[in-house]
Amino acid sequence: MLNQVKRDRTKMGQELRAVFVATLDELMTKNQKVIALEADLGSASGFANLTQRHSQQLINVGISEANMMGVASGLSLTGHIPFCHTFAPFATRRAFDQLFISGGYAQTTINIFGSDPGFAVGPNGGTHTSWEDVALMRMIPNSIVCDPADGIQLAWLIRELADKAGIHYIRANRKAVREVYETDARFELGKGNILKQGRHIALFASGQLVSETLDIAEELALKGVDVTVVDMFTIKPLDSNLVIELSKTHDLIISIENHSVTGGLGSAIADVIAEAGLNAKLLKIGVNERFGQVGSPDYLQDEFGLSKNKIQAKILDFIDKV
Amino acid sequence: MKKDDRPELSDLENLRDKIRLETLKMLGHMGYGHLGGSMSIVELLAVLYGKQMAIDPNHPNWEGRDRLVLSKGHAGPALYATLAIQGFFPQDWLLTLNEGGTHLPSHPDRLKIPGVDATTGSLGQGTSIAAGIATGLKLSGSDAYTYLIVGDGELNEGQCWEAFQYIAHNKLNRCIVFIDDNKKQLDGYTADILNPFDIQKKMESFGFITLKVKGDDLKAIDDAINFLKDQKDSAVAIVLDMVKAQGVPFFEKVEDNHSVKFGLANYQEELDKAITTLEEQVVKGGGSHA
Repeated sequence: MLNQVKRDRTKMGQELRAVFVATLDELMTKNQKVIALEADLGSASGFANLTQRHSQQLINVGISEANMMGVASGLSLTGHIPFCHTFAPFATRRAFDQLFISGGYAQTTINIFGSDPGFAVGPNGGTHTSWEDVALMRMIPNSIVCDPADGIQLAWLIRELADKAGIHYIRANRKAVREVYETDARFELGKGNILKQGRHIALFASGQLVSETLDIAEELALKGVDVTVVDMFTIKPLDSNLVIELSKTHDLIISIENHSVTGGLGSAIADVIAEAGLNAKLLKIGVNERFGQVGSPDYLQDEFGLSKNKIQAKILDFIDKV
Repeated sequence: MKKDDRPELSDLENLRDKIRLETLKMLGHMGYGHLGGSMSIVELLAVLYGKQMAIDPNHPNWEGRDRLVLSKGHAGPALYATLAIQGFFPQDWLLTLNEGGTHLPSHPDRLKIPGVDATTGSLGQGTSIAAGIATGLKLSGSDAYTYLIVGDGELNEGQCWEAFQYIAHNKLNRCIVFIDDNKKQLDGYTADILNPFDIQKKMESFGFITLKVKGDDLKAIDDAINFLKDQKDSAVAIVLDMVKAQGVPFFEKVEDNHSVKFGLANYQEELDKAITTLEEQVVKGGGSHA
């Protein structure tokens, strides 16, 4: 996997919403049963563009997220493959019982794109912020929960999940993020990708923070700290074997996520370490007992302690303490 | 398998009595249960399964079948009795209602029960599922119908109205919505708990061609369905003017008849009487649906 990381990671990729729409377009062309659903954010997600070529395969349910998940469940019962989009908090928090019962419990298939999670929310502010979406979606038995690092991985993920039955949640920024992967990178659902092999400390990151974690690793190397970087894009099912293996071979384990430290990637890793009876020291970097607020994504990222500088400072502080 | 043969009204009466009888026997065996809301959909189930629906009990997942979504999932026992009588599964399953490991949980589960098209019980959710099924059937070019049964109390749930807007906006004329207006919900009369006002007018204002019929009138229900099947450019609904615990006079008069415990007062005796009366009616009516 190491050789599939881009040499030059400064370049911004395509907007992730454009990747989502292009990939759906491709799937819809191949399979009439693929249906996109929107809750009146078609212009925000770009799903509205699908009407040009697939007018029969796009359903705008209006501002009714609970209904959207139920309609998706019903579509699944007639052999269709629904992909629902709305902002992350509305896709999860607001429609949770529908996802849990009409989706998970009834064993139907619903693919969900929850956009602009965490600090990506920017000016939409606290009411539109979700730092608990992963925690919620992990609680649905047999769900798959993913936080892709870039557009290459996102496109792969959409194709991969379209072939699977069940409740699948993808959280991603709508806007462009820096590219991490070469276009021919290969992935496996439920497998973490070691992007940099080091010693001493293992950093497990997900989503758009993977790119920044690689930057942090480079800066730490200059300070003589040699770290391993893992892209844990599948938060559920978690790559437990990899967590156990790296917990045995590294002194410190650190999780980095654009999410609450309760119930997300860090919590999942903590469970694995504790249940395996390992003595690894763990630091969970994420948002701790706070609601969101308004501001630019950069401002929010820093305010909530997830900017590169703040993450690095937390890592160095942790090294000093233990 | 379309039902080309036109059953006589007396056949439907007999089916109705059998559904009511088997449902009461199930609840009696368990000692408690959702009697009120199960009884108030018996006539509707008799018309649907006895006449209107295209179904094949030997092939419950037949692609061309009509679908039924019992969104008021607590009336599951009445649906189970109907499905068993129609031959979807052995009748002896009925007495296992709610037992650990049963095929028949209190609320319908599509994964456990042959003939159940949607898992329901969390009120309001069946409305959207039915809307999705009807959309899926339409997209697939199917002419199958989706029958959606909603409780009047259930209309408290906002999701119903989200789904109704969707069904009406998309003119899903093959999704026939039934509202069981039995006037009561768990804690009392709907008018006292959360007034639904005029349900027919509400549905009409939401874009549905809406008929109101006496919910115990088999012919009226059947005629209304036939009329609505001719409406091609609109969502359609039927409000069933009903009495909770319909068809069991003693329990119709019991104030708190949503969920009944037969250990109370003379309830067991009254239940036994009702069962005996129905058994006699069924014997008189013949066994064409057994």
